[in-house]
Amino acid sequence: MRFKSLLVTTAAVLAAGAANAQMSDGVIKIGVMNDQSGLYADVSGPGGTWAAKKAVEDYGAAAKGLKVEVVFADHQNKPDVGSNIARQWYDVDKVDVIVDVPTSSVALAINQITKEKNKVFLGSGPATADLTGPACTPNTVHWTYDTWALANGTGKAIVDTGGKSWFFLTADYAFGHALERDTKAVVEANGGKVLGAVRTPFPGTDFSSFLLQAQASKAQIIGLANAGGDTINSIKQASEFGIVEGGQKLAGMLMFDTDIHALGLKTAQGLNFTTAWYWDANDNNRAFAKDFSAANGGKYPTMVHAGIYSAVIHYLKAVEALKSDADGAKVVAKMKELPSDDKLFGKGTVREDGRHMHDMYLVEVKKPAESKKPWDYLTVKKTIPAAQAFRPLKDGNCPLVKKS
Amino acid sequence: MFELLGIPPQALFGQLLLGLINGAFYAMLSLGLAVIFGLLNVINFTHGAQYMMGAFAAWMLLEWVGVPYWGALIIVPVLIGATGILLEKLFLKRLYHLDHLYGLLLTFGLALIIEGLFRKQFGSSGLPYPNPLPGGTRLDFMFLPNYRAWVVVASLVLCFGTWFMIERTKLGSYLRAAVERPDLVQAFGINVPRMITLTYGFGVGLAALAGVLAAPIYNVNPVMGSNLIIIVFAVVVIGGMGSILGAIITGFALGIIEGLTKVFYPEASNTVIFIIMAIVLMVKPAGLFGTPK
Repeated sequence: MRFKSLLVTTAAVLAAGAANAQMSDGVIKIGVMNDQSGLYADVSGPGGTWAAKKAVEDYGAAAKGLKVEVVFADHQNKPDVGSNIARQWYDVDKVDVIVDVPTSSVALAINQITKEKNKVFLGSGPATADLTGPACTPNTVHWTYDTWALANGTGKAIVDTGGKSWFFLTADYAFGHALERDTKAVVEANGGKVLGAVRTPFPGTDFSSFLLQAQASKAQIIGLANAGGDTINSIKQASEFGIVEGGQKLAGMLMFDTDIHALGLKTAQGLNFTTAWYWDANDNNRAFAKDFSAANGGKYPTMVHAGIYSAVIHYLKAVEALKSDADGAKVVAKMKELPSDDKLFGKGTVREDGRHMHDMYLVEVKKPAESKKPWDYLTVKKTIPAAQAFRPLKDGNCPLVKKS
Repeated sequence: MFELLGIPPQALFGQLLLGLINGAFYAMLSLGLAVIFGLLNVINFTHGAQYMMGAFAAWMLLEWVGVPYWGALIIVPVLIGATGILLEKLFLKRLYHLDHLYGLLLTFGLALIIEGLFRKQFGSSGLPYPNPLPGGTRLDFMFLPNYRAWVVVASLVLCFGTWFMIERTKLGSYLRAAVERPDLVQAFGINVPRMITLTYGFGVGLAALAGVLAAPIYNVNPVMGSNLIIIVFAVVVIGGMGSILGAIITGFALGIIEGLTKVFYPEASNTVIFIIMAIVLMVKPAGLFGTPK
């Protein structure tokens, strides 16, 4: 009896498959994996799931005959938790593509598993440039930003305006290390000097001790190679300890609109940082932000949310062109072949090493008096063209790139 | 000698002072935990969430009602203490005759629920709370923000006051007697259940007060409590479960040790307390100031 019912089920599944022969199991299943509840939850979190669903809707997947399902999970910023979810998703739940994955240590783990299983990984949240460097795979696309782009955008701008000596507060894991390394390279290449660094446990709450060490170094610039709550507390406590008054400047190497919101403009004003996307930059972005805010309790989207949206659209485009989502490497190859174009990131390309190429922006946090509406926080000071925003292909040491 | 360690004495003093400030928070929080455990035998895992609620209540009072920091310092502990009393009346009261584990599970569950609700409402990045005492004093060896100096003073007063009340006053002696022999104390005409309820409320109020004190330093954030609570538990275990003096002294001492670790080997600064805890448990299982039962 059991055997019979098993046969019937199998037949039913096969029949369903036949009707929709192109797609593995008939459904394109998108898994959004990020920090749903911890210190990075506002950076993408539940809003990331919303952005993925919105992309599926805007792409008109249903009208084009694509059956798409979006699932999500919380990796708690732990590589082991993330790896378990990824294996479960790929092996049991038939997930075809994992999207987002902030926290570089987790992203590097997902990167490997995705290659092993020949699926697709679209990184919007992670920062480490290693994803398109030594760790690059034919199955990963790194969409929104990376440590090299941040270092290059913010680091160069600061050295150029006279910030020659640096001291780093570095979050003690893959992301912080990569950001420190890339910023150091930019600072030194532009004639600056790095006086020292302190590795802070992740996540942390009290940074005063580290800030005092930075103060004692007499460096002109204190580079914050951290993110989210760590950055917020560092900046807040730096202002408390009179570090900025003492003549040293802070450089938030990775900052999100949500961090500015948490700090308040009074504390955050004047900070310069690099971002891939700002909600108030044009009408398309504003419309997206309005929908986002309505669906997410008044919060506004970060570049990671926008990146998820943009990456999912391009993924669906590639799958539609291939008429198959079964072979992850083929889908990514298609993504590299087709130009990307969507309303949030505009036109772009995906490079051989998996790097999505688009413009980056150097922004400055407004003074409280300049902010006219909720979440009106940033002024775009400079657009960094795609070709200059990201690490040159030859410098990445990505094994996929053939050395000429 | 200091130069031998590769650190100029100036910097060392600065770090010691910072350690003391962090220790003040550990002491205040572990004090509340120790009072609750000592007198109620409940391992209050909601303590971190109550600390967080204190910070949020201060923020709400400021943003929505316009009550400044100094007002919040008085109103918030009473308010959050009252929610603690409600909690005790509704839930905890039913668990006293059961194993510790039940109280622990209940309070842990409640902590998760409370944190989840705040996160849903306010997000995970947190909210800004202005510093009521900006500026600071430039000492020889460091810049001491006025607000941090105030935190240390407030914490010392609070710790000493609580210790004095419990160990040296008549009310305190009732409390301690009620823990030993509730039936006998009740026979003398003292309302023991009410006393227990109020004690829990007091412990929770202490957590909330620490939350208000923390609001201008750390971001007001739904996870601020869970970040701290594990360390605070380690402090209580090291000091000896239920020992009030133990909680206070260990709180300050561990703050200082942690501060020094941040200079000599920053990578280990979030584990050093647990290493000490493991050693203490091996050598003196009841904790440094605890009495073996």
